[in-house]
Amino acid sequence: MRLLPVVILLALSSAACTQVEPWVKPYERANLADPVMLFERDPVSEAYMHHVREAREGARGAAGSAGGGCGCN
Amino acid sequence: MLRVVQVVVVAVTKRILAFAGLLLMSQAVMLQAQAAVLPEDRADVMYHSYDGQNVEVTGPSVLVRKGLSQNVSVFANYYVDNISSASIDVVTQGSQKAYKETRREGSIGADLLYEDTTFTVGISSSEEDDYSANTTWFGLTQEFFGGLSTLSMGYARGADKVRKNGDPTFEEEVDRRSYRLGLTQVISRNALIGVTWETITDQGFLNNPYRQYRYINPDPNGAETAFAFEKYPNTRTSNAASVRGRYFLAPDSAVHGEYRYFSDDWDIRAHNIAFGYTRHLNSRWMAEAGYRYYTQTGADFFSNLFEAEDSQNFMGRDKETSPFDNHTLRFGVTYKFMPDGWKFMNSGSLNFNYEFIRFSYDEYTDNSPGTTLATEELLEFNAHVFNIFASFWF
Repeated sequence: MRLLPVVILLALSSAACTQVEPWVKPYERANLADPVMLFERDPVSEAYMHHVREAREGARGAAGSAGGGCGCN
Repeated sequence: MLRVVQVVVVAVTKRILAFAGLLLMSQAVMLQAQAAVLPEDRADVMYHSYDGQNVEVTGPSVLVRKGLSQNVSVFANYYVDNISSASIDVVTQGSQKAYKETRREGSIGADLLYEDTTFTVGISSSEEDDYSANTTWFGLTQEFFGGLSTLSMGYARGADKVRKNGDPTFEEEVDRRSYRLGLTQVISRNALIGVTWETITDQGFLNNPYRQYRYINPDPNGAETAFAFEKYPNTRTSNAASVRGRYFLAPDSAVHGEYRYFSDDWDIRAHNIAFGYTRHLNSRWMAEAGYRYYTQTGADFFSNLFEAEDSQNFMGRDKETSPFDNHTLRFGVTYKFMPDGWKFMNSGSLNFNYEFIRFSYDEYTDNSPGTTLATEELLEFNAHVFNIFASFWF
């Protein structure tokens, strides 16, 4: 049973690898590429705002973007 | 002090790391996704300012990123905090006086791109009179499904040295580790979502060596209260999970939202939620407005007033570990210039961001000189935060 999630995820992952086509085509990504859609448009400013909060709040971590993202390349 | 190492960090537990790694490898082998690219070459020069509750922190930050080839991009950041503090933490405790100090931080790193995988490595060093912090980090980002899904993982390790002005024999260490796992997903041609998990562990001297807790003075002929140096646990483990999203509104704007849940083994639980709106005003101007709410419970060893000295193993009276909430209003504006470039530069922008923050504490009282236990009130204050910066793309 403990391996079940692993098996399911790998199966889904493998199925996705062979079948899935991008559901948003490259020519449909103009809106996603717009600067208003960036999670962190300006790293220097975002890093500062995170610093201000983390120095004054007990919570920490999982702030900021996980990276990447709009599929606009 | 007690500054959390500000680094981008990664994953979770070994099991989850192994799990994600297995998934990543299986997909990396099979998928033929569109090639990823490195961030653009750019330079940012910023001035920042925080002003709240008799604490002023100002300084510059310079961030430069430059691609060395199609597969390698390097970056460097220099950041300064000039701190002038007469906060309630220092004016109410006999061992401290209002002070000024400077913190300087330098970071360098590199992104290495191999097909759809980006590897990031970096180091940073922060130095001030009584605190040194050195951090190294490693990150990995992998795109799937033609760039519609992005999985990221990261690990950071920090080694801090805590000193105490006026006591040259005092030196303690802190070991920090951070694990981060994130997924960013394109939902539709107008919607993006991102989820992140981060676990951080600290071990070592975790309290501020200057700060003191307060207890009822057993001497009936003395002052109402007396003070003793804080005693913190020497370990801390925290977990945080967040979800954020952006939705494009035609023709030229977007709304965004974010929620994060946090908990640690000091019994602090926190929630924050934020939402905002960003819009192009015309081809040159862009504006953003937003709101954020944050709330937390207190650490199990926090008390505004202890009954007696050494009445617990761990004792602290820091407002950062007390129960409180804050509300933030945010406003930002961007002006693009040189849209057609100038000499070696492709474009530039001027940016201004302002935040108004209202802090309200549930148990921490304002015991400034002149107050008594009967008259002191819960602490509340406003903070004004802004940054102004110029960005150049080249």
